Amino acid sequence: MNAPHAVPSWPMYRTLVGIGMLCGLLIAIVFQGTRPVIERNRAAALERAVFAVLPAATRRETFALTAEGSFVVETEATGRRVHAGFDADGRLVGVAIEAAGMGYADTITLLYGYAPAAEAIVGIRVLTSKETPGLGDKIETDPAFLDNFIALDASLDASGTALRNRIVTVKRGQKTAPWQIDGITGATISSQAVGEILATSAAHWVPLITGQLEDLTAGATDDAT
Amino acid sequence: MRPEPQTTMPTDEFIKGLWRENPVFVQVLGMCPVLAVSNTAINALAMGLATTFVMLMSNLLVSTLRNHIPKQVRIATYILIIATFVTIVDYMIEAISLELHKSLGAFISLIVVNCLILGRAEAFASKHRVVDSVLDGLGMGVGFTLALLCLGAVREVLGDGALFGVALFPAGFEPWIVMILPSGGFFTLAAWLLVINYVQQRSAAARERAGELSR
Repeated sequence: MNAPHAVPSWPMYRTLVGIGMLCGLLIAIVFQGTRPVIERNRAAALERAVFAVLPAATRRETFALTAEGSFVVETEATGRRVHAGFDADGRLVGVAIEAAGMGYADTITLLYGYAPAAEAIVGIRVLTSKETPGLGDKIETDPAFLDNFIALDASLDASGTALRNRIVTVKRGQKTAPWQIDGITGATISSQAVGEILATSAAHWVPLITGQLEDLTAGATDDAT
Repeated sequence: MRPEPQTTMPTDEFIKGLWRENPVFVQVLGMCPVLAVSNTAINALAMGLATTFVMLMSNLLVSTLRNHIPKQVRIATYILIIATFVTIVDYMIEAISLELHKSLGAFISLIVVNCLILGRAEAFASKHRVVDSVLDGLGMGVGFTLALLCLGAVREVLGDGALFGVALFPAGFEPWIVMILPSGGFFTLAAWLLVINYVQQRSAAARERAGELSR
């Protein structure tokens, strides 16, 4: 066997490093160019979603949850936050909360509106999902399924620390109680995932919000003055 | 092997991808996105256009740099170039429409491993002039998009009773759900391959007869 032919390594380095730098530069330029647009799109999508899940709201304010468990008007982006919606007279009509959980394909993130006066979830909007197009993604489009979230009971029990009834998804047509979600045939796992996400998130946030309602309303008055 | 035509016009590089060497129906390449993202016509169109852009740009760059890329590192270089344009297209789709970005999901990033694009870079762009390579990438891309649309339209009409999201049938129509599931992709592809092969065999036979007559 002949000894392998020695390949000069400099041209290889030159090519890989040169093209790598060129590609990096291209990506950086496009990233810088599209980032403001993408952020604007995301903010607009969130804005639309907040008003979609709180139909009575005309103005929104984002609140952050502090370590002490009270709500303050958000000044910089933090992990745990809610969006309070106010009507034209400045009254709190509800709180939009982001929640996430495992769906059929990937994590589903959604935004739901909780109205303290009605003690119910009054709207839901899927923010991101990779559910099967045509089947699992019916959680975003099926009108009968979305009707579940016009007034989904999320009232607290006597102690005020937990939901009286856990939110559950039942088979289509078997809904008997206001805290049950009528599922979707052909999207059983996705519709159950939505129920599970809401149950977990509401059990955490509803007691917090109910306990700190005056923070949210006071935050709005501060802001108005 | 098919005998090469004696003279190749630049436009021939474009046209061959549409029919004679269609990447999906004749070369049967890039099956992952073909089967996965052809469940609706709009997804198919967006995926096709994204792939066309990546193929066009990578062919352009590979062909421009073809004399400076040592052959030992050519595959790594091509992947680097393709991945760059996929990242760019990913940002651009997200900037154009969050909805579309949401529905294409992971498949945009998977354009990187579409063998069709690497195949064109290796088999064509690395050996041909820039103009020919650009036309080849464009032709293959348009051919790929058309093929995806053929699948996406059939699957959406049968599986969802709609085309481009517009309902076509009265309320009583029961959609054939299997068509938008992965298995529907295989059925539709098989049916299209059957049709295309039949037509191509017929026209080959007709050409042969014409050749015998003229002799």
